[in-house]
Amino acid sequence: MDRRKFFRLLGAGGLLGLLKARAQTPPWSEETFATTRTLGAPLSEYGTRSPFEEGVVRYISPNLRTRHSGADFAPLEKLEGVITPNGLFFERHHSGVPQVDPAKYRLVIHGMVERPLVFTLEDLKRFPSVTRTYFIECAGNGQNGYRNPPDPQLTATRSRGLASNASWTGVPLSLLLKEAGVKPGARWLIPEGMDAAMYTRSLPLEKAMEDVLVAYAQNGEALRPEQGYPVRLVVPGWEGSIQVKWLRRILVTDQPAMAKDETSEYTDVMADGKVLAFTWVMDPESIITYPSGLQQIKPGFHEIRGLAWSGHGRITKVEVSFDEGRTWRQATLEPPVERYAFVRFKMPWYWDGKEVVLWSRAWDEKGNTQPTREEFFKKWGKNNRYHYNAIQAWRILPDGRVVNGDRPLGTQAFGPAGGCGGEVFDG
Amino acid sequence: MVRRLWVFLALLGLAVGARYNLGTPISEELAAQYDLRPVVLPDGRGLPPGEGRVEEGEKIYAAKCASCHGAQGEGYPFNRLVAEPFPITPDTEPVEYAIGNYWQYPTTLYDYIRRAMPFGAPGTLTDEEVYHLVAWLLYMNGIIEADEPINQKTLPQVRMPARELLHLDPETKRRFPWLTLP
Repeated sequence: MDRRKFFRLLGAGGLLGLLKARAQTPPWSEETFATTRTLGAPLSEYGTRSPFEEGVVRYISPNLRTRHSGADFAPLEKLEGVITPNGLFFERHHSGVPQVDPAKYRLVIHGMVERPLVFTLEDLKRFPSVTRTYFIECAGNGQNGYRNPPDPQLTATRSRGLASNASWTGVPLSLLLKEAGVKPGARWLIPEGMDAAMYTRSLPLEKAMEDVLVAYAQNGEALRPEQGYPVRLVVPGWEGSIQVKWLRRILVTDQPAMAKDETSEYTDVMADGKVLAFTWVMDPESIITYPSGLQQIKPGFHEIRGLAWSGHGRITKVEVSFDEGRTWRQATLEPPVERYAFVRFKMPWYWDGKEVVLWSRAWDEKGNTQPTREEFFKKWGKNNRYHYNAIQAWRILPDGRVVNGDRPLGTQAFGPAGGCGGEVFDG
Repeated sequence: MVRRLWVFLALLGLAVGARYNLGTPISEELAAQYDLRPVVLPDGRGLPPGEGRVEEGEKIYAAKCASCHGAQGEGYPFNRLVAEPFPITPDTEPVEYAIGNYWQYPTTLYDYIRRAMPFGAPGTLTDEEVYHLVAWLLYMNGIIEADEPINQKTLPQVRMPARELLHLDPETKRRFPWLTLP
C-alpha cells in the first residue's frame, strides 16, 4: 500500500468514527457525575469499606447445625492480591469466639522448664518482634472435593476458602521457651486456648524452636477475636488446627497429649484403611479464582488469576492446562514469592467462545505438586475428611457460564464429611 | 578492673542464658492453680483420683449428654459416640465414626470430656462425674464390662480397637525420626 492511499484511508476512518460518536448515546448517566457536585463524607475514626462492597462476605453454609462450632470460608474469588483482609479471613472454632480483655490476659509456660513463667500481653510485646506473611489453611480445606458426583454449584470459595493469608507480628516462641529454660528430656509442647473448649494440641519442641510465632497482630492491627485475640500461635506451613488461638498456656512435656483434635479428628483415613496421625504439613494447593465456579465471562481477553501455596516451602511454579492435563503452560508468579505464603499467579488468555476446561497445579521447592482427583483417591480414603488438595477444574460453557469441571469418580455417590464442619449435609 | 569484670560477667550471662528477664516467675503451686483442666497424657499423667462406674455414667449421660448425642450415643444432632468395637474400614462413612471404631486412646475421653463438655457448659462436671461418663461410654462401645471400674490406674490400660489402625504420617516421620506414637 502506498503512503498516500494509507493516509486517505486513515482520514476516512477518522471521519467515520466522528460521525458514529455523534449518533451514539453517552455510555454513562448524569449520576456518574453526581459526586462532583456535593461534599463527600467527613473524616472518620475507623474506616469501613464502601457500602457497595457489603456483599463480599465469608460464606457460612446454611446447613450448619450450630454456628458455635464450625467453619466459614474466605470469599477467594472476590479478593485480589495475596493478603486476606482481616474481616474476611476464614474462621474455624470449636466452642465459639471468646471476648478476651487484654488487661486480664495471661500466658503461662510451665511443665518441664527451669522457671515457670507468666506473661502479660505487655510482656510479650516487649520481646524482639518478627513480622512474616504466612497462610493458614484448615486441614479440612477442599472438603467439597469429597463429594461424588462433584457439586455443580461449587465456587472457588467453597472449593478452597478455608485458607487465608496475612502478615503476622509476634514474638518467636523460641524466645519465650529460652526465657523459661526447657529442661532436658522435653520433646513436646501442649498449647491450650482460653475458649470454652480449652482447645489443646501437641506440637513438637523442634518446630517451636524453628519458626513458630506467638502472634498478637494481623495485617498491622491487633488480631481479630475470631483469629485468637489477643494472642495465638502461628505455625508456618502446618495445618490451621495446630495454630492454637486465645493462647493461655503452654505445657512443656515429654509425651504428646493425643488430644481429641489430633486423634478422633484431624487424622487421615487412607485408601488402604490405615489412619495417619500428625498429618501436619499442608501439601501444595492452587485454585483459579478467575474465571471460577458460578462466574460468567464473555469471549475475548481475560487474565486467568489464582492463588497457590504450600506448607513445604516456596511455590516454584504454577501451571495451567486447557486440555485436562495433556499439556501445561506456565503461569506468571507475582512477586514476592514467599515461603509458606499465598502467591498470586496470572496468565493472559483469549477465550474464543468454545467450551474448555481449566486446570491449575502448583509446584513447591521440594518438588511436590497436586494430584488429579483420580490420583488423590488412590492414596486417600473416600471416607477421609481432611487434606484434599487435588486439582480443581473449572468448565467454561459455550454461553460463558463457569461451572465445576471436576470429573465424577465411577458411579458410587459419597458426600463431604465436613471434617471441620464448614459444610454439613444432612441425610 | 571491677568494671571490666562486670562487663565480662554480663556478656557471659547473655551468651549462656540469653534472657530478657521479661515475664514473672511463678511457683509450681500457682501454675497448678492456673491449670484449670489439666492435660491428660496417654500414660495417665494428669488423671485425678476417683473412680467411674457404668450405672452412674448412664444417669449423668441421660441428663447432660443425650440431647446432643442421642439417647444411646447413636448421634444427632451432634457426633455419634457409640459404635461396635471394630475399627472402621474403607467403607465406613465418616458420620459413623465413634469411640468404639475410631478413637485410639482411652485417656483422650477423660481429657476431652473434662475440658470441653457438655457443649455450652464446660467445666461443670466433677472429676468423678467425668470418670462415670468415661466408664459408661467405654461400656456402651463394647470395650469394657459393666462391672469394670475406671480410674487413674485402669483407664490408661484400656486397649481401644482403632489403635491398631493408627500410624504416624510418613512426612512427619521423615522430619522427626525420633517421634513414635504412644
